[in-house]
Amino acid sequence: MRYSKNGIFSDKDMNILRNNKVCIVGSGGLGGYILEMLTRVGIGSITIIDGDVFDETNLNRQILATSDSINRVKVEVARERMKQVNPEVKVVGIEIFLNEDNVSTLIQGHDLVVDSLDSIDARITLEKACETMGIPLVHGAIAGWYGQVTTIFPGDRTLTTIYKTKTGKGVEKKIGNPSFTPACIASFQVSEVLKVLLGLGEILRKKLLMIDLLDNETFVLDID
Amino acid sequence: MKVEIRLFATFREGRGKTVVLEQNEPTPRSLLRDIGVSEEDVAILLINGRDGDFDQTLKSGDYISVFPPVGGG
Repeated sequence: MRYSKNGIFSDKDMNILRNNKVCIVGSGGLGGYILEMLTRVGIGSITIIDGDVFDETNLNRQILATSDSINRVKVEVARERMKQVNPEVKVVGIEIFLNEDNVSTLIQGHDLVVDSLDSIDARITLEKACETMGIPLVHGAIAGWYGQVTTIFPGDRTLTTIYKTKTGKGVEKKIGNPSFTPACIASFQVSEVLKVLLGLGEILRKKLLMIDLLDNETFVLDID
Repeated sequence: MKVEIRLFATFREGRGKTVVLEQNEPTPRSLLRDIGVSEEDVAILLINGRDGDFDQTLKSGDYISVFPPVGGG
């Protein structure tokens, strides 16, 4: 009964998802929603990685942030909630910040990696490691009213292209992130994850979907 | 020669969605300078929808598109 409303997926699809292992890197605005959605869908095993604890500035947008979770380890809160949401899914939380030295070990053995990080440098590190390990990567990023999504296969180097001369933070440093943008972009990322794992529909490979919620515009840029 | 600048996201603040400038031998660098957009703030620069360089000389009817970096999670 749990999955009876997952009508867009066949029994075969659901079996594939049960046997898949997805790694979410970053348990912030995007990562929290992505974890929630993938857990409800019925992915077999999910690893969520983040070295941070919740603070008050997370409350405006991060689904796992509540008054009770302030100062608590993000991935621990995530694991506890997912046990309530869907105990059939094995959720492993790893309390660590991703860096060049640990990234390969952290993502090893996963069928797909989700980029929900909050720094451009860490995203590039993750893209390089996914290429080396031969793992597809679904990227999402947000700033204010704006967000972007792309799906990267080993060798595409899409993030290296779109963040060519950039390091650190983007315009979110100035304009922040409200509650609704992460939910929107996380949803697009989750649908990309499911399409990649199941071989369904069209994916955003070498394409960057940019969403402007202020002017209700979407653009798909071809990334050469 | 007239060239159109298409602006996205925060670049629209105070400028609108598009700006048309008239310059002799315009480049993306000279156009962005005239509208007060710093090169360092641009993540993606397209010329006629394709990846472009800041110092490329533009032709009449060309358009450039500029996007700021979006990196939050």
